[in-house]
Amino acid sequence: MAAKLRTPGWYRAGLFILIGIAFSFSLLCFLRWIFGADPVYDGEGILQIALLTVPLWFLGGLGCFTYWLRWAGGNKVVDDHKDHGATSWKDYFKVNTDHKVIGIQYIVVAFFFMFVGGLMAMLVRAELASPGRQFVDANTYNGLFSVHASILIFLFVIPVFAGIANYVLPLMIGAPDMAFPRLNALSFWMLPTAGIMFMLSFLVPGGPFSTGWTAYAPLSVDAPIGQTFFTIGVQFAGASSIATALNFLVTIITMRAPGMTFFRMPLLVWANFSTSLLVVIATPFVAASQFMVLLDRALGFNFFDFGNGGDVLMYQHVFWFYSHPAVYIMMLPGFGIVSEILATKSRKPVFGYRMMAFSLLAIVVLGFTVWAHHMFVSGMQDWIRIPMMISTAIIAIPTGIKIFSWLGTMWRGVLTMDGPMLWAVGFITMFTLGGISGVMLAMVPLDIHVSDTYFIVAHIHYVLFGGSLFTIFAGIYYWFPKMTGRMLNERLSRLHFWLTFVAFNVTFAPMHLIGVQGMPRRVSDYAQQFAGWNMAISIASFVLGLSTLIFLYNVIVSWRSGPRAEGNPWRALTIEWQVSSPPPVFNFDAIPSVVGGPYEYGVPGAVHAVMAGGPAEPVPVAAGLVSSGGPGDHHEDEA
Amino acid sequence: MFIAALVVASAVGIVLGLAINWFPAQGSSIAHRIDTFWDVLLIISVPIAVIVLGTVIFAIARWRVRPGEENLDGPPTHGSTRLEIIWTAIPTLIIAGLCAYATILLLDIQEAPAKNARVVKVTGQQFAWSFEMNEGGKKIASNVLYVPVGEQVTFKVRSKDVIHDFWVPEWRLKIDAVPGITTSYSITPIKTGSFQIVCAELCGLGHAYMRQRVIVVSPAQYEAWVRRVSQAAAPAAPAGSGGTQTASVDPKQLFVAGKPDTGALACGSCHVLKAAGTSGAVGPNLDTSLASDDRAAQIKEMIVAPNKEIVKGYGPNIMPANYGQTLTAQEIDALSAYIDQSVHGGK
Repeated sequence: MAAKLRTPGWYRAGLFILIGIAFSFSLLCFLRWIFGADPVYDGEGILQIALLTVPLWFLGGLGCFTYWLRWAGGNKVVDDHKDHGATSWKDYFKVNTDHKVIGIQYIVVAFFFMFVGGLMAMLVRAELASPGRQFVDANTYNGLFSVHASILIFLFVIPVFAGIANYVLPLMIGAPDMAFPRLNALSFWMLPTAGIMFMLSFLVPGGPFSTGWTAYAPLSVDAPIGQTFFTIGVQFAGASSIATALNFLVTIITMRAPGMTFFRMPLLVWANFSTSLLVVIATPFVAASQFMVLLDRALGFNFFDFGNGGDVLMYQHVFWFYSHPAVYIMMLPGFGIVSEILATKSRKPVFGYRMMAFSLLAIVVLGFTVWAHHMFVSGMQDWIRIPMMISTAIIAIPTGIKIFSWLGTMWRGVLTMDGPMLWAVGFITMFTLGGISGVMLAMVPLDIHVSDTYFIVAHIHYVLFGGSLFTIFAGIYYWFPKMTGRMLNERLSRLHFWLTFVAFNVTFAPMHLIGVQGMPRRVSDYAQQFAGWNMAISIASFVLGLSTLIFLYNVIVSWRSGPRAEGNPWRALTIEWQVSSPPPVFNFDAIPSVVGGPYEYGVPGAVHAVMAGGPAEPVPVAAGLVSSGGPGDHHEDEA
Repeated sequence: MFIAALVVASAVGIVLGLAINWFPAQGSSIAHRIDTFWDVLLIISVPIAVIVLGTVIFAIARWRVRPGEENLDGPPTHGSTRLEIIWTAIPTLIIAGLCAYATILLLDIQEAPAKNARVVKVTGQQFAWSFEMNEGGKKIASNVLYVPVGEQVTFKVRSKDVIHDFWVPEWRLKIDAVPGITTSYSITPIKTGSFQIVCAELCGLGHAYMRQRVIVVSPAQYEAWVRRVSQAAAPAAPAGSGGTQTASVDPKQLFVAGKPDTGALACGSCHVLKAAGTSGAVGPNLDTSLASDDRAAQIKEMIVAPNKEIVKGYGPNIMPANYGQTLTAQEIDALSAYIDQSVHGGK
């Protein structure tokens, strides 16, 4: 037992959590004693310190820092890869440095939180089924939609994309792993910490954080202690996100296989490159906004206390400077996924590949110029409204280019309408509707009427559910054979799609109408005139909730006993399909050489990558340089 | 054929879209222009949606893989500069046109009010609005907003605590009430009647119940109202009883349903009281939290000044502090006696 408590792992993590709680307790009491506070004990203070430090103790106990600390202490460290790869399911519960293991850890944890967040949506809809109070009080209701949004944004959409890219991206660029595998493991393990914190907030006095995922000050500053679970939880989710983005940037820039120039990269790689730029630049702003709230709450800094020189509107500016780009953080990886699937399933090159890449970068740049469109009715200076309206509307242009290019990709193709393709095509249609309502919302005169109504709720669900979630399902259906070595049940896949597609539209389309008619969002009770629609929406939403169970069943059963998948069941050209399913521990016996574009379907004799006979060691190529050492052999060899 | 189908589908879509009754009644002089703008947006949006959806459906129907084609590839088309220019240029023109339209409309909405426009000070607090205006040199405070139809009015909006949002859907305009600054907008009401004032920014526990009434009346009726409230003896006298003083008060009804006319929230939506059958869990349970010496007089004090004494485990500024204004003295007395009676059973 003593040995177990010393070696990194769950026993030591448990012990370290206890040490962390004791540490927080003594630190606070010591500080209060020094400053002469009476009484020395203060429960809220201890909780705040514990929320900040106990996760670090936990990560330490689990072994996330072991290698670095040994190295920093001057001890001998060996790169024996003993924490790399998985041979049993238990290895998925350890700190693992294999990007494929981490990818699956990310995806499974994210989907766990999708079901948690989805369940909260079901409770929200049950409460809203008819006017008046059904079964939760106003405080719990506000908590439910706040935690629903926070979990699905910070614990599902953002990390599940990181998970899919973690698995697929190194394989796609011909790299044996991510650039910083230990950082990658740390990024993952910070995530469940944040999610558990969000969920624990239901247990504290005063209830969960109930100020929306936007946590506007001063409401969040005055809120009960549950708010702290959001304020600090976001720090861990954000740190995880930033570290992963750095990892992707370095991996993409330095670890591409020889011959893979930027314009030979698959669009999924481009998409994650763009997303990572957004994350690295924007995410520190949400961290700052929440630290300011924390300092206001815990130590009375008065950043947002208008009576003491604070500025209430500043919170919204700092918050949205992250949270608008965050919308693209939650969408660009999906663009990448859809581009991959459409090319493969249409058997055609991606239409206008370069414009697809450039439009991603355009969205990155423009994404930073539009944040105040969330604040058209906030009371900020009037003059900001028109420039922000114009920049917001301009984003529709690169987005439109992408949609039309996807249509161009499908045009005259040989279309296989299976699971992944249905979700990809469903995405194009639903995201277009979400994009159109987005342009409407950019128009200030209309936004003044519909902001903070159900029209907004409809819009964000068309872009985040019909947009992001549809691409996530597309990606899971597409790469499931690669990740697990098993094929999914095709009939269940189609059933899942059609049920979700119909229930999704019945749930969210009417919200446009009741929003314009005047139903505000974030209310547990509403006027009688909206009762009919709300009942219909609630019923449809329960069907929508049930449809995800088909997915869950399909995944579990197929993972255990689905038919074996070959290396390349979709006859795709990108590199991840040229290795076995699932791929070997270090991905490639020899690093492949890239000799052409990734989507040369229908081009006679075209080859994207040569799998054998390339150089044995990865040779980084500088951005934009074509490798001169492409092998002459132009046949696709077996890996 | 395909193009013709897109045109027909767009036409049908536009007709259906315009046939839907989207907006509430047009209550201000700007409302019809915003509604027209919406129609324009709809007419432009529907064809775009139809083109995307139609192309997807057409492509699937036409080029779906047929038996025997499983191993075929499509033609190796890499792009078309001409098409790409077209689908960049046309959206750019549409966006430019819409932005120009929206800018003109917005500048009209933002136009500075006329010098003699009436000013109403709107103050938001958890979870009620109060209004103050200056008529003939006399300050009038009210919990129901009265405005005369056809006369421009500017709202100067402030907040005492957190952010709220002052919105009358029939007027189409809203603005946040932000603590520390004064925000404003001007409208000219064109429709008489009673409309709901909705708080549109999440402001805490009672957000969903932060609803009051604006009553738009003819100028003559407005003057009569002004006369009546300015003659009311003390300025502190409740002005918000909706004009009618009911002789008998039903305290249980007040407890369960509140008094929506004046913005008095129902006690029962936050408090448990067995006798009234309410189960709200936001505030303390009245059956258990009231001490044996908390009788009618003390309960009255708690209703009027809820922040004076706070039950352990609950925060300040959660219970509305405006019952002294939203209820009449008679109603508060009846309510206190009712709660006392219900909890202590007349002992």
